[in-house]
Amino acid sequence: MRLLNLLFPERRTSAVIARERLKIVLAHERASRQAPDFLPVLQKELLDVIGRYVEIRSDMIRVNLGRSGDTSLLEINVEIDGGGVKPTKNGAAGDSKETARIDQGVAAPWVRPS
Amino acid sequence: MAGKVIVLTSGKGGVGKTTSAASVAAGLALRGHRTVVIDFDVGLRNLDLIMGCERRVVFDFINVINGDAKLNQALIKDKRNDNLYIFPTSQTRDKDALKRDGVERVLDELKDTFDYIVCDSPAGIEHGALTAMYFADSAIIVTNPEVSSVRDSDRIIGLLASKSRRAEFNLEPVAVHLLLARYSPERVRKGEMLTVEDVKEILSIPLLGVIPESESVLRASNTGTPVVFDEESPAGRAYHDAVARFLGEQRELRFLQPERRSFFRALFGRA
Repeated sequence: MRLLNLLFPERRTSAVIARERLKIVLAHERASRQAPDFLPVLQKELLDVIGRYVEIRSDMIRVNLGRSGDTSLLEINVEIDGGGVKPTKNGAAGDSKETARIDQGVAAPWVRPS
Repeated sequence: MAGKVIVLTSGKGGVGKTTSAASVAAGLALRGHRTVVIDFDVGLRNLDLIMGCERRVVFDFINVINGDAKLNQALIKDKRNDNLYIFPTSQTRDKDALKRDGVERVLDELKDTFDYIVCDSPAGIEHGALTAMYFADSAIIVTNPEVSSVRDSDRIIGLLASKSRRAEFNLEPVAVHLLLARYSPERVRKGEMLTVEDVKEILSIPLLGVIPESESVLRASNTGTPVVFDEESPAGRAYHDAVARFLGEQRELRFLQPERRSFFRALFGRA
């Protein structure tokens, strides 16, 4: 069967495109559907706290709950503007020019539940 | 006797919910089960037309919920099959008239006399659709092989798993089945339509049947006859198969290959 597939790859018909688009969009929607209700509130409160130290917009923080095997993983990504961290009044932030990430650079191992 | 509540739902409109509800109910009745089919689409009554009893409607679902009429005053007995009753909805009231406790009371009363209570859900995921699915024991998800229909079906399957009575009370989950309607084997062959395997794989629920796109469906609705009564039509026979599978029979899928039409049929025949 493999060999056959190699010899005759599946044509990119519109039905094949439809199937692939559906798989992608439904994977996303199912993941967000299972997200607990507190995520938006958590996101807002994190935004408030971080905003006390660093200038931040609401679209710069992302909170996701993922799953990898038996473990759940709460992933929080905070992006700081490329131009550098701008401390707010009480701010104590450094002058990092790079995007700061709270996840300590760990490659997120979680996969969306299919 | 405790009748089973079956909801036909889809999220998306125009996929064939009412057509399917009419034929599934009539199919169950043809197999000897006492069956009632209820229209939950308050304000947009159509089941009565599809069942061909629009001139016999006196009282409706909302009248019974409000206590203005007795159940047996509102139920319409089908003229083709003694086991089949139609319960029309209100054409005038607003959809919020469908109170959950009232619906529960009426369903409980119907369960005493009927084997199957087939609920024809409105489209969407608003109050009417949620009420129609809430009390379901089984759900038939009517889906077309088309991206928006498949996506909405997925959403509805999620709602059945979280918002139904069975989900809320931690009972055995609603038994969910896929009914793939308006399937065109010819277009699937050309790669223009999702295949039955595609839809099955994406939604990952058991397949109850595949109803081929058929001219006989429009002819049936024109005359107010559920298409399942049309023994000649592939769609009608596909509904028979789906009902048989629902009742636990094993049946091979049919009508998945493009129809070969003979030269004479192509010239003179009807589909």
